[in-house]
Amino acid sequence: MAEFTLPKNSKIQAGKHFPAKGAKNVRTFKVYRWTPDDGQNPRTDTYEVDLDACGPMVLDALLKIKNEIDSTLSLRRSCREGICGSCAMNIDGTNTLACTKAIEDCGGGTVNIYPLPHMPVVKDLVPDLTHFYAQFASIKPWMRTQSPAPADKERLQSPEDRKKLDGLYECILCACCSTSCPSYWWNGDRYLGPAILLQAYRWIVDSRDEDTGARLDDLEDPFKLYRCHTIMNCARTCPKGLNPAKAIAEIKKLIVQRRSA
Amino acid sequence: MNKDLRNPLARARGLGSAKEGVSHWMLQRVTALGLIFLTLWFVVTVVSLAHADFDTARATLAKPWNAVLLIALIITMFRHAVLGLQVVIEDYVHTRWLEVASLVVIKFIAVLATLTGVLAVLRVALGS
Repeated sequence: MAEFTLPKNSKIQAGKHFPAKGAKNVRTFKVYRWTPDDGQNPRTDTYEVDLDACGPMVLDALLKIKNEIDSTLSLRRSCREGICGSCAMNIDGTNTLACTKAIEDCGGGTVNIYPLPHMPVVKDLVPDLTHFYAQFASIKPWMRTQSPAPADKERLQSPEDRKKLDGLYECILCACCSTSCPSYWWNGDRYLGPAILLQAYRWIVDSRDEDTGARLDDLEDPFKLYRCHTIMNCARTCPKGLNPAKAIAEIKKLIVQRRSA
Repeated sequence: MNKDLRNPLARARGLGSAKEGVSHWMLQRVTALGLIFLTLWFVVTVVSLAHADFDTARATLAKPWNAVLLIALIITMFRHAVLGLQVVIEDYVHTRWLEVASLVVIKFIAVLATLTGVLAVLRVALGS
């Protein structure tokens, strides 16, 4: 059955408290901590951060914590400008990128930080995205053509056709949308989830691709595609402002279009 | 951690696509559309019978168009209900035998309920 309570060894306990001595402009961060090494339950550690000596983004605060307060904290980050997708996590109740989320936009009081929901945790804020990436590979996310490439030029695309990729190509596969989707929580083993379906649509709608039919064949499945119940968490949470739900609806429309009513 | 030594891609691809699902999706929407009109008609008819006695109600139901629409409502409603319940069960019941069993049981119940409803209307309409 679907899981509505956490298993015993996943119940979160109160953790350590790290006060910011002598600081005036303090913000409190409550961070999920779990390590596979000590056999303990997960806990939330509380860190007080002096905002006068910290950058504006949540990632700045997390790096300050790691550098100056508690070096045992694990998190992924790379580009710090919202293009790599590494620092996707659940901040203040919403999946987003720590590097583009301003601390002052986090509402009042304590800022709660958890790893992406319903993913296996490797350590602290680092989720195991192996299955997510494998699902991405499963849609064969590259141009599939029957005709050989032109010998002396690129495969051409009209400006109008190129425009159809806007709102799709910007996806950085951070997994914020898929891990915010209840359908993906309950059936993520088979349901591809919003991120992968948006990526699939990116190739379906590409005018240069010649394998649209096979792509639709691969998606037409009660679980791979039709687990989407237009809950719309994906569009609400996307840190890039994209709309995976719309891409999924377009795939469903194309599958209807090629059959008789 | 995971004792499954298969490549993650093999697990993600699983048994492949069932190459169906669009019929279910389409029928769910078409029956929903039908139910909008049929339910409106049903509510209007029932309200118009608010203060009527049993014989008037029975006579109204026995009119051919009313009987046809009521049968249509019964069939559409149970078909739509089964499609919806199927999705709920597939979403939340992850024990395979329980999932298959519940899917079969709701279909049996829906067919029986549909037949019962249709027979009741026919008996009223045909006057036996």
